[in-house]
Formats: sequence, C-alpha cells, structure tokens
Amino acid sequence: MAVVRSRTKEVVGQNVLKVDGLPLATGQPKYTMDMDLPGALIGKILYSPHAHAEILAIDTSEAERVPGVVCILHHGNVPRVPYTTAGQGWPEPSPYDTVLFDKKVRYVGDRVAAVAAETEEAALEALRKIRVEYKILPAVFSIDEALAPGAPVIHDEPDAQGIYDPQRNIAAAVDIVIGDLDRGFAESDVVVEETCEIPYSQHCALEPHAVWAYFDEDGRLVIRTSTQVPFHVRRIVSRVLGIPMARIRVVKPRIGGGFGSKQEVILEPVAAALALRTGRPVKMVLTREEVLVSSRTQHPYRVRVKLGARRDGVLHAIEMEALANTGAYGTHAGTVLYNVGSKSLPLYNKARHVRFHGKAVYTNLPIAGAYRGYGATQGFFALEVAMDELAEKLGLDPLELRLKNHIREGETSPIFERLGEGREGKAQIVRSCKLAEALRIGAERIGWQEKRRTPRREGSWAYGVGLACAMQGSGITGIDMAAATILMNEDGSFRLLVGATDLGTGSDTVLAQIAAEALGVPVEKIVVYSSDTDFTPFDKGAYASSTTYVSGNAVLRAAEEVKRQILAVASEILEEPVEELVLAQEKVVSLRTGKAVSLEEIGLRAMYVANQQHIAATASFACPESPPPFAAFFCEVAVDTETGVVKVERFVVAADCGQPIHPKLAEGQLEGAVAQGIGMALYEEMLFSERGSCVNRSFFDYRIPTALDLPEIETILVPSEEPTGPFGAKSIAEIGINGPLPAISNAIYHAVGVRLTRAPFTPERVLAALRAKERR
Amino acid sequence: MKVYFELNGKAQYVDVEPGESLLSLLRRLGMKSVKEGCGTGECGTCTVLLEGKPVRSCLTFAPKVQGKRVTTLEGLGTLEDPHPLQRAFVEAGAVQCGYCTPGMILTAYALLETNPEPTPYEVREYLVGNLCRCTGYRKIVDAVLLAAEWKREGRWR
Repeated sequence: MAVVRSRTKEVVGQNVLKVDGLPLATGQPKYTMDMDLPGALIGKILYSPHAHAEILAIDTSEAERVPGVVCILHHGNVPRVPYTTAGQGWPEPSPYDTVLFDKKVRYVGDRVAAVAAETEEAALEALRKIRVEYKILPAVFSIDEALAPGAPVIHDEPDAQGIYDPQRNIAAAVDIVIGDLDRGFAESDVVVEETCEIPYSQHCALEPHAVWAYFDEDGRLVIRTSTQVPFHVRRIVSRVLGIPMARIRVVKPRIGGGFGSKQEVILEPVAAALALRTGRPVKMVLTREEVLVSSRTQHPYRVRVKLGARRDGVLHAIEMEALANTGAYGTHAGTVLYNVGSKSLPLYNKARHVRFHGKAVYTNLPIAGAYRGYGATQGFFALEVAMDELAEKLGLDPLELRLKNHIREGETSPIFERLGEGREGKAQIVRSCKLAEALRIGAERIGWQEKRRTPRREGSWAYGVGLACAMQGSGITGIDMAAATILMNEDGSFRLLVGATDLGTGSDTVLAQIAAEALGVPVEKIVVYSSDTDFTPFDKGAYASSTTYVSGNAVLRAAEEVKRQILAVASEILEEPVEELVLAQEKVVSLRTGKAVSLEEIGLRAMYVANQQHIAATASFACPESPPPFAAFFCEVAVDTETGVVKVERFVVAADCGQPIHPKLAEGQLEGAVAQGIGMALYEEMLFSERGSCVNRSFFDYRIPTALDLPEIETILVPSEEPTGPFGAKSIAEIGINGPLPAISNAIYHAVGVRLTRAPFTPERVLAALRAKERR
Repeated sequence: MKVYFELNGKAQYVDVEPGESLLSLLRRLGMKSVKEGCGTGECGTCTVLLEGKPVRSCLTFAPKVQGKRVTTLEGLGTLEDPHPLQRAFVEAGAVQCGYCTPGMILTAYALLETNPEPTPYEVREYLVGNLCRCTGYRKIVDAVLLAAEWKREGRWR
C-alpha cells in the first residue's frame, strides 16, 4: 500500500519565490507607463494657484492655438456630476463633494482644467496660455480656523451630498458613549490626559500616479492604471462620464507602490474624458511635484486621550477625541475618523466607560485621503503615549500595564459593534491573539528590563527604550467582498483569476500559495492573473488590510470546489468512493488501495474523454468579521541633548498575523510599514506657506528615510491560528505603521524626560522641549 | 543630433532631441526598466551604469553618452537567464513593488564590482541615494550581502 504523506502544509508557510519577482528584477515592462501606443496624446492638468477662489472666467482661445493642442476641458465644457474620489464600496461612505472641474477652487493644487496635446511641451505651453480670472476668497488652513464662527464655507455648492454640516465645514462627525464617562473618571484612582498631533504627510510611492485611457478595437474604453481599486475605478468613471459600465475595461498592471494613495480615483476620469472627447489614446503621469502638491495625503489629526485607571492599573474609563483636517475635499474623511477609534480602542477592552467623539473638518489645504494605517496610526499615537504616562503615574512598568489591559482570545469589545466604517459596526469576538507573547518576546529581544532600569548616557547622547502596542483589522466587516475563479488546465495546472490588486505587497503570490495548498500542487502550477475588470471576478480592491483574509478566503473556497470536482472525476477513474480519496502532490490517491491517478490524467479525461466538463469554480467571500492582527513595538533611541537629534538605534516589532502564508513577505510588510512610521516620527511633514501653498515639493525638501536613516528593523512573527482565516491567516500590511510614533516618543521620554507629542520629532522640537524642561 | 554609444553591449547610432535626458532616450529605445520616480535626481530609480558607474539618467543629458558604454537592467540578465544579483534580490525578498529595483540592482552591481566584501553599513552607505518606500531596506541589504557571498563563491558573471 502506498504511503500518502500527511496533509501538513506544503506550500503555505513557505518562502516560495514571489511570482512576479524575477520579471520585476529583470526589468520586464510591466508598469502602466511601460506600454507605448501609437497616436497617443499627453494629458496635463492646470492647477489652482489660490487656496480658495471663485473662477469668474476661463479663456482658452490662446491655448487652443498652440500647435499640437487637441482638447482642453474645464468646468464650462464637461458635465457636472458630484462624486467622491474615494475608491470605496458602493454606496461610498465619503461625501459626494467633488466634480470633474468646478467653478470654485478650494486649495493650491486644485484642478482647474486639463489639456491633451501631441507632445508634453505643447500641453505645458497650453497650460501657461489658459487665462483664468479668479475672485479670491478668504481661506482657512487649520481645524480651529475652519470651525470658528463666521469662517468661510468651503463647500457651499448646492449639489454636494453626504456632507455632515457644510455650513460649519464639518465633513463628518462621530460621538459614541459606552457606560457613563463622568462616573468612570470619578471612580478612577489615576487619570491622565494627553493630546498628540500628526501633520500633513505623504505616501511617496515611488511610481507616481499614472494612467492610460484609450478605445480598443471594439470601441470600448480601456483604462490601464496604477490603482489599488480597479473595480471602483470602473464604477466611478462610468457614473462621472455617463459611459455604461459594460463599455469600460479597467486593467491594473504591476504598480509601483500605493500605501492608500492609489485607493483614490484621481486621474482616471480626466484621462477617460480626454480620450472620449478626442477619440485618441491619452496618457497622463504626474510629476513628483504634482504628486506632492495635488494628489492625496495622510489625514493630519489632533487626538486627545484621557485615561482613568484603578490603583491596580486596570483601565476604567477612556475618552478619545479626534479632530481631523481633511483638507479641501472629504474623501475618506468619515471612515478614517471612525477608524481612529474603532481600530485602537478595542485593544484595551477592560475599560467600562468609553467615549469616542470627533470631527473631520474641511480646510483650504491639500486633500487628505486613504493612507496606510487609516486612522489607527493617529489613534495609537495618542493612546500609547497616554498609556506610557499612566504607567509612570501608577508606578508600573509600561509592559505590565499593557499585559494587564489588552484584549485576549475569546474576548470582545463593545467598540466593534458601535464603530464601523463611517457607521455602526458589527459585534465580534477576538478568536486569535498572541499579543502577550509578542510583548514578552519583543521585550526580551530588546533587553527591556535591563535597559529600563539603567538608562545609558554617553557624552551628550542619552539613550532610552520605549514600547507601544497596536492592532488593525483584516478587511471591512459587512462591506468587503472578494471573488476568485480557478480553472483547471488539462495538464494539471490551474489558472487563478482574482480581482485582488497586488500593489507590490505580494498578494498574487500569497493567493497562489493558498490555491496551491488547497489543490495539492506546487505554486508553479498556479498561473495567477489579477486585476482586470474584463477577465477577473470582482474584488473590493487592496485596502483595509483585506487581501490575504478576504480575497484569500475566496480563493480557498474556489479551490475547495475545484477539488470537489477533481475528486469526483478521480472517483470515476479509480472506481472508488470519493471519501477514500486524497488529493496531494499532483495526484489523487486512494487511501484504501493505494491506487493513484495524476491531475493530468484527470484533466485530460474531464476535458476530452468522458463526462466532459471544464473543471472550474468561482467563489465569493464576504467579510463577516475582521480579525485584528496585533503587534508589540520596542525601540531604543539615542537623543543628542546638545542638538536635539534623535536616532533610532534599534527597532523590534513582534506581530501576530495569524499563520503567515509567506513569512518573508509578511516580514517585508512589517519592515516597510515600520520604516514609514519611523519617517513620520522623525522627518516627514508637508509645510505650507501663509497662502496655503505646499513648500516642500520634492524628495530633496520632503525627506523620506534612506537606507542610512534606518536601523536593521528586527521583525518577529508570533503566529496564532485564526479560525476564520485561510489556513489560519490574518492581515499584516498596515499594522506596522501604528507603532513607531508612540514607541519612539516613549523612548525619547525614557531617555531625556520630555514628551514629544507633535510629529515629526525634529531636532528643533526636541531641543525646544529640553529647554522648556530645564526652565521648569 | 546623432549620438553613437554602446547600450548593453550593442552599438547604437540614434537621433536625440536637444536637451533630451538619457532617461528619455533609453525608454525610447525600449529600455523600460529605467524608471522615473522624481525626474530631479533625488530618488535613484532611474539609475543606469555609464562606463560601469551609477548615474542618474534623468539628470544626464543624452549627448553625454557619446562614445560611452551604458548598461541598463536589461543588460545584466534576462528572465530566462537572470544575473545572480537579480536572483538574490528575489530570493531575499528585496522586491516588493519593484519600482526601485532596477536602480537598486545596478547600484549594488557597481558596489560589488569595487567592493566584493561589503559590510552591511557599506551597503547602506552605497545605496543611500536610492529610495525605497516598500521594504525598509533590510531585505535589500540582505540581497546584496547574499549576492556578495555568491560572488566570492564564484557564482557570478
């Protein structure tokens, strides 16, 4: 009798070669702009030089005479359809406060007109020759200015929909109370309060936003675009331009990073409108300056956290107030706001009295949108700095305080039910959580106990260690849906078609591994094709840490159905009941007789010989709950007390993402997110002139971390088994960005005794805090 | 104007526009591995080798390559026969979105030509002009060190 290897995991959990790795490492032309089309026009955009102004007149006559100019679009010659650029599920929770081109501009960088021309030079010359007469309006740049009585109303257009209170510049608001907050604080032995601020910052994907729009041989509009949300692009372009969805195909090739910036439908409707008007292929690609000035940013936030605890260190009351500057338009305003609380507060579920409230406020600054972390980063900055203060006041080790208070397996938090995605959420139980282990392992790795006890000092350099915890979600409960199709080829290989959008994360590889594992084949036998609205089934897109969990579950379901079909055919061939058969190592084997039949034989028979059928299945998965990953962050910093320079000497992150499908890719997500978080903590801030114009418009002036700025980030995966995840997996893509801000701030406090609550922690701010402390 | 130069081992005699960048010329010639991330010399994604030395092709005028040797990623290895350094990047998990990868690999290649046994710090120092937003650089450093090991073992070309 043949020995059948037990079905321990053979592909999942292995560091297989990333399916697009070698093509990318050998420079294959896989990105949006790597394609050339004959007869293409170049599209360029004219931006507003004013922060707030009414357009009285646009004169394009001179611009039209520039040789090579083919088409100029502006508010006078396109339909007015209010929409949101947020690439979210329908109906979008973000307000419809945007039109293709408006008669009013609301920030420096707002879209005024678009030109299509034979050459870039002609397009740029035409932009210079468009005459726009503006009536300048008073502008507001801060949350407080925008909320002040008598502030100019930024969205006074009558046709906007879904704005919480346009007259007061409030795009979205939230207020939920659990228990009795006043009583909670009155009953607390120790109360601390802290306010933390995150400024304007940017994603900085190295590939700028880029799009092709053209008509194919059948007259259908093809949009090849660097997007995280191909299906939302199709739906939104269809509505804005009045083109039936069936006449549009959206293709996402490889994309050069997203981090949320490409969950925005920015260029696609403009390029499509230019292609529609001219009948010619149109390509548009932003310059780095355009990306920095007029694409999307992280939401700047001011978050106030008040914590009340009993003498034993158990949290009793939490208040969190979140105020966002959402900029000129409200894309993702409400959903990010809700996530500030919904993704942070469940971590400390012992508190009986909780209030979360806040507002997202319009100003005349750039448009904030989706950004990795999506509110959780802002929430955890304030929450985890406040926890550090609480630990100090209680005389407890910050590690102990976290261990006493964090949510455990089998527990829940009322927050899950009260706060969803811009609306109520759904109750859920945390079925997997290895945060306690992560805390212990991380503490040991960094040498927590010893380093906390004896802070080091060398000359002007003071050393300190700090920690923070964080969680996130895996998809959006009750909203996210993904589908996958698997088709068997007659040689025993498979095609896996997914709408899921690999933005460099490696999701094509992870999804192929899930299919391969379920079908008993090596990953090389799975050919993945993703993100093409004509050829792949629907997927919500790549956001909310959803792909491994939501899309992965869809792939697993499709694979299980395909496996069922395979076993049925094998049962005919082997003349044995299905219950006796096992699919593994590219064949079906009978447990009873040891007889085997290869997948190739099964494929050939099904396709050509008997009971003919194409072995194939499509399955969907709608996200019934959103299991949070958890992480513990530890860092050691050196602070130069003479210059205020902060160096991150070591950074350790221990994370529970369930069972990692591809450990190396999971580590890569953590390392990249932590690096981005360190950038936010130490360098990154968009600065504005008095007139609201972004002044750091290049990588020279807007610094992101280089290889020399970062320590060797030490990542530790602490696996749990998530029962609802595909092969036990949860998400990993965003959580890493939530820890560096508070962990570094807490480490600075440990080193030099000053709290940095305004990011980034620049030498000026650190020095100012040190001087202020000396004066006290 | 006409420019004569060697591209990935092959002679080229091509028209260039006045003021055209090497980046634009190379992409026009089909070398799509040469990526533009900023156009102002700050991100390093457009790095190519000019006479074996890394240069920013966005800041290099095309006529400057007259009579010289230019190497792009296409010249290092192919999909069917990748260069060990390209394979090392994939094996080490250094390729996420891949947009910085061509510039990173070519810069790392130049490093290993002059310093076959770099320390992790030396790798970071040499790659400081090449930005990556996906990886946090750790696995890129791993890849270069892995490739250096292979090179010392003679698995190179």
